[in-house]
Amino acid sequence: MKVELNINNATHAVEVEPRTSLLDCLRDKLLLTGAHAGCEHGVCGACTVLVDGAAVRSCLMFAVQADGYAITTIEGLAPGPGELSPLQDAFCETHGMQCGYCTPAMILAAHALLSKNAQPTREEIVDAISGNICRCTGYTQIVEAIALAAERMRGQNDPVRP
Amino acid sequence: MSVPGKFRFVSSDRRVREDRRFVVGKGNFAADIVPQGVKHVALVTCPHPAARIVSIDKSAALAMPGVLYVLDGPELAGATNMLASGLDTPNVPRYPLALNVARYAGEWVAAVVADNRALAEDAAEAVVIDYETLPFVLDADAAYAGGTLVHEAHGSNVLLDRTFTWGEVDKDFAASPHTFKHRVKWGRSSTVPIETFGVTASWDPWREILDIWASIQMPKYPDQTAMALKIPMSSVRVHYDVDVGGSYGVKRGIKHTILVGYLSKRLGVPVRLIEDRLENMRGGDMHGPERFFDVEVAFDGQGIIRSMKMRALDNVGAYAGRSPFQLGKPVGAIVGPYKIKSVQYQAIAVVTNKTVQEAVRAFGQSPTNYALERTVDEVANKLGLDRLEIRRRNMIRHDEFPYLIPSGSAYDSGDYHTVVDKVLAHAGYDELIAERERLRATGKLAGIGIAACLEPSGGNSSFEPLLNPKVGTTTWMDSCRISVDLVGSITATMHTTSAGQGHETMVGTVVGEVLEVDPDQVRVVRADSLNSLPSNSPVGSRMAIMLGGAAFHAAKKIKDKLVAIAAHDLGVPLERVAYKDGSVYDTTAPDRARSWAELVTMAHRHIHKLPAGMEPGLSVSHIMPVPMGGGLPTADGRVQMYPCYSFEFHLILVTIDPDLGKPEIKRYVLGHDCGTVINPKIVRGMTMGGIAHGIGAALYEEFAYNTDGLLVAQNFMDYLLPSAHEVPPVELVHHETPSPHTVFGQKGSGESGYLGAPAAVASAVNDAVRPLGIVINSLPIKVAQLGDMIAQALESNAREKQKGN
Repeated sequence: MKVELNINNATHAVEVEPRTSLLDCLRDKLLLTGAHAGCEHGVCGACTVLVDGAAVRSCLMFAVQADGYAITTIEGLAPGPGELSPLQDAFCETHGMQCGYCTPAMILAAHALLSKNAQPTREEIVDAISGNICRCTGYTQIVEAIALAAERMRGQNDPVRP
Repeated sequence: MSVPGKFRFVSSDRRVREDRRFVVGKGNFAADIVPQGVKHVALVTCPHPAARIVSIDKSAALAMPGVLYVLDGPELAGATNMLASGLDTPNVPRYPLALNVARYAGEWVAAVVADNRALAEDAAEAVVIDYETLPFVLDADAAYAGGTLVHEAHGSNVLLDRTFTWGEVDKDFAASPHTFKHRVKWGRSSTVPIETFGVTASWDPWREILDIWASIQMPKYPDQTAMALKIPMSSVRVHYDVDVGGSYGVKRGIKHTILVGYLSKRLGVPVRLIEDRLENMRGGDMHGPERFFDVEVAFDGQGIIRSMKMRALDNVGAYAGRSPFQLGKPVGAIVGPYKIKSVQYQAIAVVTNKTVQEAVRAFGQSPTNYALERTVDEVANKLGLDRLEIRRRNMIRHDEFPYLIPSGSAYDSGDYHTVVDKVLAHAGYDELIAERERLRATGKLAGIGIAACLEPSGGNSSFEPLLNPKVGTTTWMDSCRISVDLVGSITATMHTTSAGQGHETMVGTVVGEVLEVDPDQVRVVRADSLNSLPSNSPVGSRMAIMLGGAAFHAAKKIKDKLVAIAAHDLGVPLERVAYKDGSVYDTTAPDRARSWAELVTMAHRHIHKLPAGMEPGLSVSHIMPVPMGGGLPTADGRVQMYPCYSFEFHLILVTIDPDLGKPEIKRYVLGHDCGTVINPKIVRGMTMGGIAHGIGAALYEEFAYNTDGLLVAQNFMDYLLPSAHEVPPVELVHHETPSPHTVFGQKGSGESGYLGAPAAVASAVNDAVRPLGIVINSLPIKVAQLGDMIAQALESNAREKQKGN
């Protein structure tokens, strides 16, 4: 069946089977391969995308259910070719990853947190990413990246003092 | 983190170049690579732990839409050679699909090929297989005793049973006033990367090349693929520029590769298999060691351990891959950081009707460290000695290196006592004990965990000839090629895949250091297996030593060539010129110099300006042998197994809620010494990740089987991975004892954290429950079990108390 998906502020008309997950649709039909399959039963979080700004597991949502929502994938975060968002840059600064497989989802989960909470505590950061499993890092440098991004993004909005 | 000023780029806190592609979702993972017309595989698996395959009816599946083919075991086995195994066990044949008999629940029996994965899965359910169930064996002790045989033709379940005696074990035992013996168990867990294994193969019958894109981390992968498929290795092109989504040892999908390689040749289309989580966990053949250790030590009244007898019985699952060698690696550090004079080591690998074991981070060393450290704790307890004090008394001292251990390896360097002291000072050890007592006073169970261990690194695979005399391996090289093009840009080539270890960053840093150029200006690329130099892949904590070493020597060759060209052009002897920041000058007249651009142009274009006989161009290779390697094991099994030995010391505080049995790590301090650190961000990350992995193995992760022989933890609801909630903040205490055997003094660190964390957690939990009279000698220590043990102990203590009243 045909669905119209709003992904990264562009509308895509896609032909999918009713049983096709949003994850498979993004990867196979739209070639947005930044969302990754990890467990495909909703535990590891590697497939996380934003649905109207909230972190959602795209392996547990059918593509047809996504019609009418604003979907953001990792491909929608970088401001331009070769550029990084402040959050993406912070992940590079602290090396908040190793193999990079859980990273796009981790960044989207953090993005959802920071868009609601500009000054998260360590506990709030841990809570926000606790549905995203990383096997490489032990989370330390991921938590540091999110805290650093929050700090820098707060700084961006500070008035410039003479 | 390093000595300031010692290096320009090495040890500085530089960014990791790989990160930029990952944060934008532009990694190049196996599932992202989709050749035109690719077909998809789904697997039909055996639901029984052991069964004869009576018949396979493919007709219904073949009639379904989009289905191309259903492959069975006899066809595949008829067309391929059996998969390579490490030991000499010809009667334990292994093929990607079961041949007549399936030997564990989840073993692949047939493969369905269809237009997409969903159609392949639909059709897999329609393949009808008639099984005749057979007796099975799950337990290693039972398998060792005989009875039910997993492989009839082999005549027993024992793949390996060898006893080594190094030193005067009987004499040392007889001379010691005390002995202690116990059995500890390491449970069946693994590294379980978030990316499952995936591989795509595409056979071109006109070029006669099999292209392979795989999430592989495996030595000998192209050669084993070629041998199994009966094609020349020059017909196998493995693409190494595939990002691997985590591995930590296990991503060795050789059976997956042979399956899709065969199918691609058979069907004339590209074929891929991307495991789903279920296929990965029960049939991907990537479980880790499952071991019983029987350890006996002899010691004096001061707690000096003189001798040890260790029997390690490993349950390797249904087939023999490379995994039995995981009993061999620990030989290279069998006494840990301690001066134990003599050792008897019995290494036993048995087959059972469980999923096949694969290499896991540290290749068997982490379980062995756990067994050794549990033993040291118990010796301290027996003598009423402090657990720290007994370790200090037994540890090798800084001035005793190089230190030759009984099993033949000389440890390169270390300063264990200093690292311990630094950790204690950082943690405030007395305050930590006071904190434990405060917690106990509030009714909580609280314990301090201590573990010390080594990370053997840079190995030359000497466990191969040690455990299989037919194999004569004495080195395990790695390589780097560097080219400077005619406009002066530098490109370095590496020859294997990476799974998050930041090798591109490391090579760039090393080349930049030697050539005195900004590492970010050094392009690092990966060859494919048809244009690559030898590599043995990122295993055994070897890449900083081996790839770092190869890059260093290759860069040095470029530098030497530039110096020779400059000296010749300046008309002065070699010893009168010096290299600085890419140019070369006359040391007696520094104004007389040749710039990088001039030298590069001469090398590429002006052969008339080159020294006579010099090759034009600027392209060099270096193939590096393992330092200190080269010798075969002696008849009694002594060999220099690794060149470098990193050290780590864990100190942790754990509380346990007595009602729930739930452990919580309140404080985690790790002292870590891996010599010179090339990139601090990378080393820190791998160490932190290793600790998280070790916490998982200690408390949460287990491939549990029920008595029917079925794997009951085959998804992430039942196989529990630590989340950000379970991993505490870790305080790292850094120390550097450079290795004398490497170019910058670096040692390995890819397995750090994981090597000692399970032992540290077990130590802390035991310290916490010891007042209740509980001893726990089995991992993982699961919440439910621990809760039950505590409840029982509390109940029986209360009864005793009542009786006493």
